[in-house]
Amino acid sequence: MQPFNILIIVCLAYVVALFLIAFVADRRAERGQFGWLRSPLVYTLSLSIYCTAWTFYGAVGYAARSGLEFLTIYLGPTLVMVGWWWILRKLVRIGRSQRITSIADLISSRYGKSNLLGVIVTMMAVIGTTPYIALQLQSVTLSFAVFAQGTSGADWGRPDLNATALWVAAGLALFTVLFGTRNLDANERHYGVVTAIAAEAVMKLFALIAVGVFVVWGVADGAGDILARIEASPIAEWDMKPGRWVSLTFLSAVAFLTLPRMFQVMVVENVDERHLATASWAFPLYLFLMSLFVVPIAVVGLDLLPAGSNPDLFVLTVPLSQGRDGLAILSFLGGFSSATSMVIIAAIALSTMVSNHIVMPIWLSVAQQGATVSGDVRQVVLTARRVSIGMILALGYAYFRVSGGGTALAAIGLISFVGVAQFLPALLGGIFWRGATRIGAAAGLLTGFALWAYTLFLPSFGSSFILPASVLAEGLFGVGWLRPQGLFGVSGMDPLVHALFWSLVLNTIVFCLVSLASFPSPQERLQGAQFVNVFDHNPNSQGWFSGAAEAEDLLVMAQRILGPKQAQGLFAQAAERQGKAGYLPDTSPEFLQQLERELAGSVGAATGHAMIGQIVGGASVSVDDLMAVADETAQMMEYSSQLEAKSTELGRTARQLRDVNEKLTDLSVQKDAFLSQISHELRTPMTSIRAFSEILRDGGMKRDEREKYATIIHDETLRLTRLLDNLLDLSVLENGQVELDLQSVELFDVIERSVMRAGIDDALYIRRDPMREKQVLFTDPDRLSQVFINLIANARKYCAAHAPELRIEVRDHGRSVEVDFIDNGAGIPTKSQAVIFEKFSRLGDHRAAGGAGLGLAISREIMNNLGGSITYLPGQSGAAFRISLPIDVTEAVGVNQS
Amino acid sequence: MNERRAPLFLERESYRQRRTIDAARLLPLLGFLALCLPVLWGGVAGEGTDAGVRMTSVGVIYLFGVWIFLIGAALVLARRLRLIDSDQDTPD
Repeated sequence: MQPFNILIIVCLAYVVALFLIAFVADRRAERGQFGWLRSPLVYTLSLSIYCTAWTFYGAVGYAARSGLEFLTIYLGPTLVMVGWWWILRKLVRIGRSQRITSIADLISSRYGKSNLLGVIVTMMAVIGTTPYIALQLQSVTLSFAVFAQGTSGADWGRPDLNATALWVAAGLALFTVLFGTRNLDANERHYGVVTAIAAEAVMKLFALIAVGVFVVWGVADGAGDILARIEASPIAEWDMKPGRWVSLTFLSAVAFLTLPRMFQVMVVENVDERHLATASWAFPLYLFLMSLFVVPIAVVGLDLLPAGSNPDLFVLTVPLSQGRDGLAILSFLGGFSSATSMVIIAAIALSTMVSNHIVMPIWLSVAQQGATVSGDVRQVVLTARRVSIGMILALGYAYFRVSGGGTALAAIGLISFVGVAQFLPALLGGIFWRGATRIGAAAGLLTGFALWAYTLFLPSFGSSFILPASVLAEGLFGVGWLRPQGLFGVSGMDPLVHALFWSLVLNTIVFCLVSLASFPSPQERLQGAQFVNVFDHNPNSQGWFSGAAEAEDLLVMAQRILGPKQAQGLFAQAAERQGKAGYLPDTSPEFLQQLERELAGSVGAATGHAMIGQIVGGASVSVDDLMAVADETAQMMEYSSQLEAKSTELGRTARQLRDVNEKLTDLSVQKDAFLSQISHELRTPMTSIRAFSEILRDGGMKRDEREKYATIIHDETLRLTRLLDNLLDLSVLENGQVELDLQSVELFDVIERSVMRAGIDDALYIRRDPMREKQVLFTDPDRLSQVFINLIANARKYCAAHAPELRIEVRDHGRSVEVDFIDNGAGIPTKSQAVIFEKFSRLGDHRAAGGAGLGLAISREIMNNLGGSITYLPGQSGAAFRISLPIDVTEAVGVNQS
Repeated sequence: MNERRAPLFLERESYRQRRTIDAARLLPLLGFLALCLPVLWGGVAGEGTDAGVRMTSVGVIYLFGVWIFLIGAALVLARRLRLIDSDQDTPD
């Protein structure tokens, strides 16, 4: 049997085995029997899709051409894995907490769930990955061709290269569609695929080591012999280009982070963060083993095979040349595994991005009725993914046909690396710098991508394909410093290093500058904080307000996206948590948030957000709304604090009013009393006057009797007159119409005169200190004396002591004088002290007083007019009044001197 | 004696954890420096000077040596860090 026929059979068997493995793993996962499916080993092995056919075949070719430089492609990822605590840990945590479905989703989600960025990153990823897929197809067809060369005879055994590529592409599409889009698993985890990938990882490692062992111990004579052969080989001298060495190490490290397929296995398919710790050393070890035998194989290949044979195929041709067909087939399977695993994961990653960021937004905007009414969303998403997978593989195949598959494998790989490396600034800026903005990220990405296309991607097609030769040689529009491979006058740089340098440097600069200059939306700032501080707090992105969202509508939509069983389970769980039976939980913000995250796991953050937004509709609360609410709240708080201040003020005023009111009421009562008093006072003399005048008119009485009656009438008239005089006086004083007769006078004289005029008999003893009274005042002595007389008369009238006594004390205060009148009576009760100076007030009903309760009121008005005051002095032994008056009236008040 | 030292021991433990994290952060930088060291072998861009010839065989041994050292160091650190990580926060 021809080796080629055996190869076909083995190859088919291998594919069937892969299908079986994937199938079994999926079944187990469905039943919840995860077991080893979730082991760190499977995770580590799945990372091995980094090692594609480019690695498997290309590394040996690379080593045969450029010596040790091929190692940079593995050393970069080693550094990233070893330094997992820096970046990977954070990426995985963010990926898990935010339910990230792809690198496009991560960047879109970080910058405010921006669909624009999602589209940009998706487009870039598709453009950057297509050549890589073509590369895999090419490697598989080339390896087929190697076997076919030795075959003759049977027609079907002489394969057409293009047909082979087509079959491989179709087979891969089938596998990917079958296992990559079985369900829209909320976690976006494909156990079947990942397990198959892990199996393929074992296969390729085993194959390469087998060939390596054969070369070292079968062809050569052990490690020592190999070292000797290295020194004798054409690559004995390590032709190192320092710039390329450092750049390529850096580039591979970056690509390891940003390649969509690496992101898929590393972040999206990660089931447990702790697996990363294991992978941090296990994956470098895998890479170590993969590259351990590369140099020996290259050296032996260069030695054994005729000059001019393709070094990219040494892994196959060395065993074949030694007649080891079995080993060659094993090696072929290794290469086949490398190619297929890469294509499968890349197709899944890209199709997720395309369906979530391009197809779904378009579909959502076209399907006006919204997610609840129109057809099955789940079916739309799945179909979109399946079609995307087919399209991506078709693109890869087309690229393979167009490019003709001639160029060295490694070159395409590196071009692709530089393309996806453009995600780096937006990615790292997104998870470490809160100031990174959506506009900045978009500007940086576009700049980097444009430069990559101009300096590396388009020139890679060779002259006259898209870029004319003249542009390559002389620059765009003939401007020298715009030469694609010598930008800004930089010359002599390796084209790859040149492109990497300029694209990443300008990308980063534009990203930073635009970010600094722009202002992020609230949503961006929120997401930024959650991404950058992912370890600080539990994620709770902006919420939904419940109310308008109908649980039933949500269930209908969720069923369409997640599938009925899963959606119902989710709803029932949520209802149970809320303590409700059935499938319809309250649409609380927490529930909506959880649901959004579940949906985001299937269709991406932006789409999930938009879908819930459609149902929740107007009740969806954007951060802007929240800010507006917060503003309003602040305003209301301010308003209410103003109200509070006002109400305190009102309270104070009310209290004052109440006091005043009480006083008024009191006064009113007194006034009523006074009115009755005064009418009584007026009527009493009037009655006597009338009665006695009637008696006089009737005549018929003795002379002495008549005189007596006339005297009574006269006295009563005097009393009336006095009363009326007092009232008149008071009204004059109150209106400020009084005319003061100001003159210099000694206080002693005023008091002396007052005591005399008060008509003091022995009933009241007055104690004075004449020396102190030698005080000259400039005032109205008559008015002042009126006050004094009033006070002395009051003391005489009201002092109920056994031996009434009045002390008159004078104190000099420089510009004013205080005169206290203190008697030894009972004093005035506290409650009455407030009203004694009011008009018409009279304590008790001392008929004997003979006044109308105007005395003190008049005194107060007089003192006011004299620029002084009269106050009651509580706390003395008896009633005490203090008069204070200025030495010079004119100084105290602007009194017109008359 | 031992009882009195117990808190000190705990502090020392968390201090060690911090330093382990530092070490994990430093390791890739150290690795990058070590991997770039061959750039300096035999002088920078030694034109025409035969003293500056790098040998592939030596390079292979050196690079793979550095590599296996990094793997070993990462293994040791990963074991310690995994404990720290599960101490600090339990996923989900």
